[in-house]
Amino acid sequence: MAAEGQEKLWDREVKDHRTYKDIRIFTEDQLKKAASTDEELKAFKIKHATPQLDELEKGPWPSVISDVKREALHRKKLGQDNLMIPEGVAEDLLGVVELAYVDKETHWKHGGIIGVLGYGGGVIGRYCDAQEKFPNIAHFHTIRINQPGGHFYNTDYIRGLCDICEYRGSGIMNMHGSTGDTIFLGTTTEQLEPIFFDLTHDMGGDIGGSGSNLRTPSDCLGMARCEFACYDTMDMCYDMTMSFQDELHRPAFPYKYKFKFSGCPNDCVAAIARADQSHIGTWKDDIRINQEAVKEYVAGKIPPDGGGFAGRDWGPFDIQKEVIDLCPTKCMGWDGKKLSINNAECTRCMHCIDVMPEALRPGVDTGITLLFGAKAPILEGAQMSLVTIPFMYVKKPYDNVKEITRKVQEWWMEEGKNRERLGELIQRVGLRTFIMDVLGIPVMPQSIKEPRSNPYMFFKEAEVPGGWTRDIKEFRKKHPL
Amino acid sequence: MSKGKFGYYNPKKMMEGRITDVGPPHYEQFLPPIIRKNYGKWVSHRILEPGLLMHVSETGDKVYTVRVGQPRLVSVENVREICDIADKYCDGYVRWTTRNNAEFITDSEEKARALKKDLDSRKHSGGSFKFPTGGTGMGITAIVHTQGWFHCHTPATDASGMVKSVADTLFDYFKEMKLPAKLRVSMACCLNMCGAVHCSDIALLGYHRKPPLIDHDWIGKMCEIPLVIAACPLYAIKPVTTPEGKRTISINYDKCMFCGNCYTMCAAVPLADKEGDCVTILVGGKISSRITHPKFSKIVVPALPNNPPRWTEVCDTVKKIVDVYAKDANKYERLGDWAARIGWERFFEKTGLPFTWHLLDDYRLAYDTYRTSTQFKFTEQAWEVSKAAGGI
Repeated sequence: MAAEGQEKLWDREVKDHRTYKDIRIFTEDQLKKAASTDEELKAFKIKHATPQLDELEKGPWPSVISDVKREALHRKKLGQDNLMIPEGVAEDLLGVVELAYVDKETHWKHGGIIGVLGYGGGVIGRYCDAQEKFPNIAHFHTIRINQPGGHFYNTDYIRGLCDICEYRGSGIMNMHGSTGDTIFLGTTTEQLEPIFFDLTHDMGGDIGGSGSNLRTPSDCLGMARCEFACYDTMDMCYDMTMSFQDELHRPAFPYKYKFKFSGCPNDCVAAIARADQSHIGTWKDDIRINQEAVKEYVAGKIPPDGGGFAGRDWGPFDIQKEVIDLCPTKCMGWDGKKLSINNAECTRCMHCIDVMPEALRPGVDTGITLLFGAKAPILEGAQMSLVTIPFMYVKKPYDNVKEITRKVQEWWMEEGKNRERLGELIQRVGLRTFIMDVLGIPVMPQSIKEPRSNPYMFFKEAEVPGGWTRDIKEFRKKHPL
Repeated sequence: MSKGKFGYYNPKKMMEGRITDVGPPHYEQFLPPIIRKNYGKWVSHRILEPGLLMHVSETGDKVYTVRVGQPRLVSVENVREICDIADKYCDGYVRWTTRNNAEFITDSEEKARALKKDLDSRKHSGGSFKFPTGGTGMGITAIVHTQGWFHCHTPATDASGMVKSVADTLFDYFKEMKLPAKLRVSMACCLNMCGAVHCSDIALLGYHRKPPLIDHDWIGKMCEIPLVIAACPLYAIKPVTTPEGKRTISINYDKCMFCGNCYTMCAAVPLADKEGDCVTILVGGKISSRITHPKFSKIVVPALPNNPPRWTEVCDTVKKIVDVYAKDANKYERLGDWAARIGWERFFEKTGLPFTWHLLDDYRLAYDTYRTSTQFKFTEQAWEVSKAAGGI
């Protein structure tokens, strides 16, 4: 791990930490001079007419168009001498998007295979199909950069990223891509290696995943600022990301594979919907109850859901109607003084805890439920992850989860067809094969919504008395034709 | 960092000084000191007002978070401005949520309120807010989306523009917490769904409606034809040889549902079409296991005009669905739970959305979505069926 020893590279709490000043590309003076006043921005006209896009400057939501125009002027003021790709990329980008708005068809070509030496992912080739009109963005590749856990940043680090993105790219980013990466939108092939060099050497960072490899793992912010976190999502995500670097950078899988880490069943990173391997926090003891705080909720002294309903008058809080009756397993009771929970019947849906976070908390014997198989519709239809291992303790170095991960990935690499996601393979060969043959663990009713209704069971020879080898002659002695 | 065309990188000695597999920077160094001190010690939270959260630790510490809506696509100048704000109010720390909102964390309520005021005062030259605060509690938050016409080769529509238009339309629900439950809106500009919108309360989906064009001159040269054939989930593609001896494919149009998987494998079969491409709306999905199980979003509008720059039909339809839901649903009821309770027949009646044949599933496992109970509600559309069948 090359990052070893660099875990605190940017840490302001540590002496001699790296700062933006140490690595900055543009001087303060350059950036100051390139900044524009509101009047300048209002007067600024980009070189292409963009009447349709201009409509998107109206309305309250932050306008991407206004923002990209601002970047266009910034690049102009920085000047071509201070930029490694054409100064006019932001203007041409708006131009090509305007053209797409007119044609109602995209003007980006199928990506080519490009990347940095030794990696097979993380860079997506992008070429414009209107290169004569928009020469500045003829080559306009995406670089995915592995985001820090929980999307936390300090400004030294992020200003460094901004400088690279602007100096060697378009100055346009995604904060963040759908999978979680910090994304640099638009650069040329020539600049890929210099960007990678600076990213690894000066920033202590790395690029993310694309193609048939492990995609950049992502997490909720977990214990950093959430009382519901049942395990350390950020530590586990970081640890798993580092352990599976080879799988992340060098495509060897049938298709993409995603890890996501959510601290509780509220699932803020959509692990159950999007990850081939979903780690969702849970507990196996009792919900902690502060009876005094429950009374305060009942008395209307604490607002339900942390105050999230404040925009409308819903009337006084009714614990019976809003908590007890909405509990999916009806395992709760309220006698006017005391809240009771039959924890053995609780399915940990989080509703009561979400409603009364100051009175109720998840238990203290915590871990994860491990689920597999989620994906978006392409190809066999959308699937959500299925409950495979009901509970696992997760502690550094997470060997128990890593061992299972390797088993699953090896099997999928062996059996999976080209572009077949794990969930589709499980669907094709059957859950029984996945659980018993691949994972080698027992089956349980928690993996299903209901038992099968069709009787087409594949009994195994070994479990049928006498096996399957029979003698037709013996059969005929009793049952002549 | 390096300057000049190649910087520190020496193209003649590509391996010199190369570092690989360093992974992401460690998160801990980016945590504000008060977050580090209280890591794993949080006990509860409150939403003090829209866009302002307070988290309380067992140590007695409190942190205040101001949340602002952000587009996914941002310029470095926008990010630098966020940095300036973070330097001024938050000792240089800032984070983003999983749904593209930016969050500023401070240790004092006073600072947070001043910060909030500052953020809400900043506007783009065109008049829109730069950093609108909100997105908390029972409302909408930033709409997650894909690249669209800004950066992708497969889209049926643009993402940033449609999201901006819909976010403008729903802006009140971002600023105020007045919905019955959270409402998560997501947008994907084609069926590949790199935005994975399939479990959202409201999902907007760009959709192609014409089978691929076949570039016979190129397909044999630039694509592996067996891979193109194998890419089709409905076996609609066959290999053929033209009379001139060119190797190409034919497509059975009756079997094509326009998924574009063949185009993903081969650039010689483009799908995009000015007239054909449309916008599909799905509703009722969710991710959390709260009260009910996670749910897929279900198609309720098969095709709306792909109408840039403001996608009026899409905005109006979304607004209509959200307004009816806001008025009719019970407290805590997510959109999909509301629709399930009142029955989908009632959903279509109340929203006034036409129920057309497109909404009858005919893909794999379709039967799972068919009603096999005599429990249903009578609506006008039901009477029409009875009349058409001679029952009434």
